[in-house]
Amino acid sequence: MSADLRTAAPPRPAATPVTAPKSRPRKGRWGVHIFLMAVSLAFLAPLLLAVYASLRPYEDTAQYGYFSWPHHLSFDYYRRAYTESGMGKYFTNTLLIAVPAVLVTLFLASFVAFAVSRLKMRGGLVLLLFFTAGNLLPQQVIVTPLYVLFNRVPLPWWMSDSLMMYDSYWAVIVVNIGFQLGFCVFVLASFMRTLPQEITEAAIVDGAGVWTRFWHITLPLCRPALAALATLEFAWIYNDFLWALIFISDPDKLPITSSLNNLRGQFFTDYNLLAAGSILVALPTILVFLLLQRQFIAGLTLGSTKG
Amino acid sequence: MALTSPRRARRRLRRYTRRDLVVLGVLLGIPVLLDLAIVWGPTLASIGLSFTSWDGIGDIQWVGTDNYRNLFTNYPPFWPAARHNVLWLLFLGLVATPFGLLLAVLIDRGVRFSRFYQSTIYLPVVLSLAIVGFIAQLILGTDQGVVNTIIGPRESPVDWLGDSDLNIWMMMIAASWRHTGYVMILYLAGLKSVDPALKEAAAIDGAGARQTFFRVVFPTLRPVNVIVGVITVIEALRAFDIVYAVNKGRNGLELLSVLITDNIIGEAGRIGFGSAIAVVLLTVSLGFIVTFLVQELRGARER
Repeated sequence: MSADLRTAAPPRPAATPVTAPKSRPRKGRWGVHIFLMAVSLAFLAPLLLAVYASLRPYEDTAQYGYFSWPHHLSFDYYRRAYTESGMGKYFTNTLLIAVPAVLVTLFLASFVAFAVSRLKMRGGLVLLLFFTAGNLLPQQVIVTPLYVLFNRVPLPWWMSDSLMMYDSYWAVIVVNIGFQLGFCVFVLASFMRTLPQEITEAAIVDGAGVWTRFWHITLPLCRPALAALATLEFAWIYNDFLWALIFISDPDKLPITSSLNNLRGQFFTDYNLLAAGSILVALPTILVFLLLQRQFIAGLTLGSTKG
Repeated sequence: MALTSPRRARRRLRRYTRRDLVVLGVLLGIPVLLDLAIVWGPTLASIGLSFTSWDGIGDIQWVGTDNYRNLFTNYPPFWPAARHNVLWLLFLGLVATPFGLLLAVLIDRGVRFSRFYQSTIYLPVVLSLAIVGFIAQLILGTDQGVVNTIIGPRESPVDWLGDSDLNIWMMMIAASWRHTGYVMILYLAGLKSVDPALKEAAAIDGAGARQTFFRVVFPTLRPVNVIVGVITVIEALRAFDIVYAVNKGRNGLELLSVLITDNIIGEAGRIGFGSAIAVVLLTVSLGFIVTFLVQELRGARER
């Protein structure tokens, strides 16, 4: 593909500047399209198959296998998955954890990133490395000491009915914030570094303090990066089940990912029911992604305009 | 630093007011304390615990390096698990990551429907690994799974997830399903910020598409390369949820993270021993983290 382009492109500087980037061979374009289409379908196929399975009764798939024509289709499994797993309650639990965790993480991380990348502080780089490296450690390394720690931190009754950090949402929220901070600081700092220095310099001349420079000037410009991070972080915290598994013992407080276990029978598991449940669980993250997608992609393409 | 001396002089003139200092103190203090309490403190504590024989309840007894000696010499699952982690790393690094880069480059050339391609390929990233593991069971199940139905009935159907030689590969493919989209989006972001003038200049000089990419575009992507490299390594070392969702990480799916969890949470309650495995994992991760930090430092100096 590139070989024939090289021979085709004439090395005449006068003619090439305008035409060269656009005169790609047609046949290459088609190849790219077919390839990308095939990859996209391959990536989508597993999800579509899960949707398909969830619409068919167990007898149907047991007899003919998952890859067969349907004999009977219904949304019955979705209703059952929702009621039998008590999903509504768990969904609320997850939101109680994920929403504050994402907001606080983004707020704290953006300030750290601002201080590190825009204030030219001494030790800023060390701070950046301190956070980033922390995010890269394996989760299992910090689990045990945190478990012991949370069992010793008392909380007043209005914060936790277990009177401890352990078995309360606070534990999961705090761990998520602490663990995700590093990644957000890193991404936001590299984003803020690309903003022109002049914007804040004008504000300094006007006598704007650190807070004004952060909240009113820098942060609004970071909206695309924040949207991209919000999507990612929401998905990660929403999907996490390790922390809740370890720090929460009351079954009524568990997050939505663990509600799927209620759909597994002791001796027999109806996989089609489980498929319906999984799709219901996955739906919110997919929706958030689709809603924030425009912002998300705007965040990605922002750099291109500056060239 | 020496180059920025006029700026430094200016900085000395501009001092922080008291209010600025309070804002800085509070808003930097909270995250630093949080990170110390949640990440760095427990990490140090884990290192300490790895030299003890603590079972989680009784007294903490110092046993020196016994845990490590046992780990390397008479703990049979250790070496297979370590090998699986290395395999996982090689697979992500040599297959999934380059594939993500290839997709990003193709999409970045501005084909039509690029939004659609981009979204579908990225979509698996927002799914939970538990769901990915479960979908793998739908597709690769022995009797009714999609793959075996397509192959057609056989005397002895392939047990994709049960055969201890095969299942690790299936898990790595499933993990790549998510990893590829993530890498693609990172590279896409990096590619968008490459100055188009660079590519034009290369085209004027008569460079082909491949030459332009490898000689001109790829080197400018170095910051993204570093991030992607680190993420790939960390994903490989952290891999856990997906194998745990499929069969709790047994029978060919042993990974270091699974061994740690089994020892710490399992009924054995061997916290000291589990911590020793965690420290091994930590040491390997640190090797990569340090490399990354050195790269970052060097990058920051150049700026």
